[in-house]
Amino acid sequence: MSSSEKMNALWSYANPRKFLAVTERLMPWLWILSGACLVIGLVWGFFFTPDDYRQGSTVKIIYLHVPSALMAINGWLMMLVMSLIWLIRRHHVSALAARAAAPVGAVMTVIALVTGAIWGQPMWGTWWAWDPRLTSFLILFLFYLGYMALWSAIEDPDTAADLTSVLCLVGSVFALLSRYAVNFWNQGLHQGASLSMDKKENVADVFYIPLLVCIAGFVLLFIALVFYRTGTEIRARRIRALQARERAGA
Amino acid sequence: MIALLIRDLRLAMRAGGGFGLGLAFFLIVTVLVPFGVGPQSALLATIAPGILWLGALLACLLSLDRVFALDWEDGSLDLLATAPLPLEAAVTVKALAHWLTTGLPLVLAAPLLGVLLNLPAPGYGWLVISLALGTPALSVLGTFGAALTVGLKRGGLLLSLLVLPLYVPTLIFGAEVARRGATGMEATTPLLLLAGISAGAIALLPFASAAVLRVNLR
Repeated sequence: MSSSEKMNALWSYANPRKFLAVTERLMPWLWILSGACLVIGLVWGFFFTPDDYRQGSTVKIIYLHVPSALMAINGWLMMLVMSLIWLIRRHHVSALAARAAAPVGAVMTVIALVTGAIWGQPMWGTWWAWDPRLTSFLILFLFYLGYMALWSAIEDPDTAADLTSVLCLVGSVFALLSRYAVNFWNQGLHQGASLSMDKKENVADVFYIPLLVCIAGFVLLFIALVFYRTGTEIRARRIRALQARERAGA
Repeated sequence: MIALLIRDLRLAMRAGGGFGLGLAFFLIVTVLVPFGVGPQSALLATIAPGILWLGALLACLLSLDRVFALDWEDGSLDLLATAPLPLEAAVTVKALAHWLTTGLPLVLAAPLLGVLLNLPAPGYGWLVISLALGTPALSVLGTFGAALTVGLKRGGLLLSLLVLPLYVPTLIFGAEVARRGATGMEATTPLLLLAGISAGAIALLPFASAAVLRVNLR
């Protein structure tokens, strides 16, 4: 297969019917896999890893906190890519997928913020501090809110898709700017990266492996939810089209 | 372009155009702050730069829905879109008119309101410079928000939800300049970053605004 044919094969999933057929076959596997990863990762993390010598059992909230924070950011990145695909190639599925991802990403942001607060109360002695990472996450949440509000405010679906896509592009630039601006504005309380290519910074291996399983679970759960919600959006739009046709015929 | 600018300025100056409303709002916010936090002059001096920046930002926000709304209602926006002048240029002129009627008066009024809030003496220059460099970004970003929400009924609340997160970096650097200036610290670095944000926003955002305006006019 030449590379252009491969590209065409990839874009063929932008056909709503093919998208639905493929995702419907994948959905049960995604649910099972993500459920299994989450159960294994969380049970392993919560009950079969030692307590940290300074943080005690509170350290275990990392199994929810880190994966949700990761997916909050990656959710926005996915929306950005989908928005670009919509603006450039105008595949309806990609616009709907961006729309479907927004509430999931927003919920991930809330999970990350809430678990962080629950951890921060005994550790830092405060539920909330105006730390750069915390602040930029709160700003990311505001961006999610604005994005979702714009989607729901506009009736015409194509107009809404166009406007939210541009908002997503501009918002990405300013979310990134805010991310680094808050570094400038206040000193951090939050530790550095828990996971990185540079192994020195990582958490210890006993925590690391169940954490990876949890992350895999969250990634799969995110994909499953986005597929599911995209499928719902596609069907909702079909129903609307059928109703419009019926009204026109009657 | 100049004709469009003059027309917009005239419309803003006329009765009902809302010119001066932003300024009055700025004044009222500044007057209300001591009631909220108490009249201790040391406390007011500490928070003055931030309050003045926040007041200017909100005053800017208040007048945003006027940027396109009137032209949308009477259809002159369609004429502008089909005119030989590129829509990007028209949008830039609109932002400039918004800045001249809202941002510039705020910049000029800020030192006076600084007196009310007991702003320390070295802070005045920095406050004016930071506002002068930062408010253009606020106007350009606001024009983008106004273009996004132009066709909506009751888009005002949505407009603030969309625009305020975009204002975060500008506010951070702008207030940082004013705060550092007021306490006598070195403020050139945040000032340069603020100028960078303004320059970047002015250069790039008119394209985004014009794009969403075209979608809305479709």
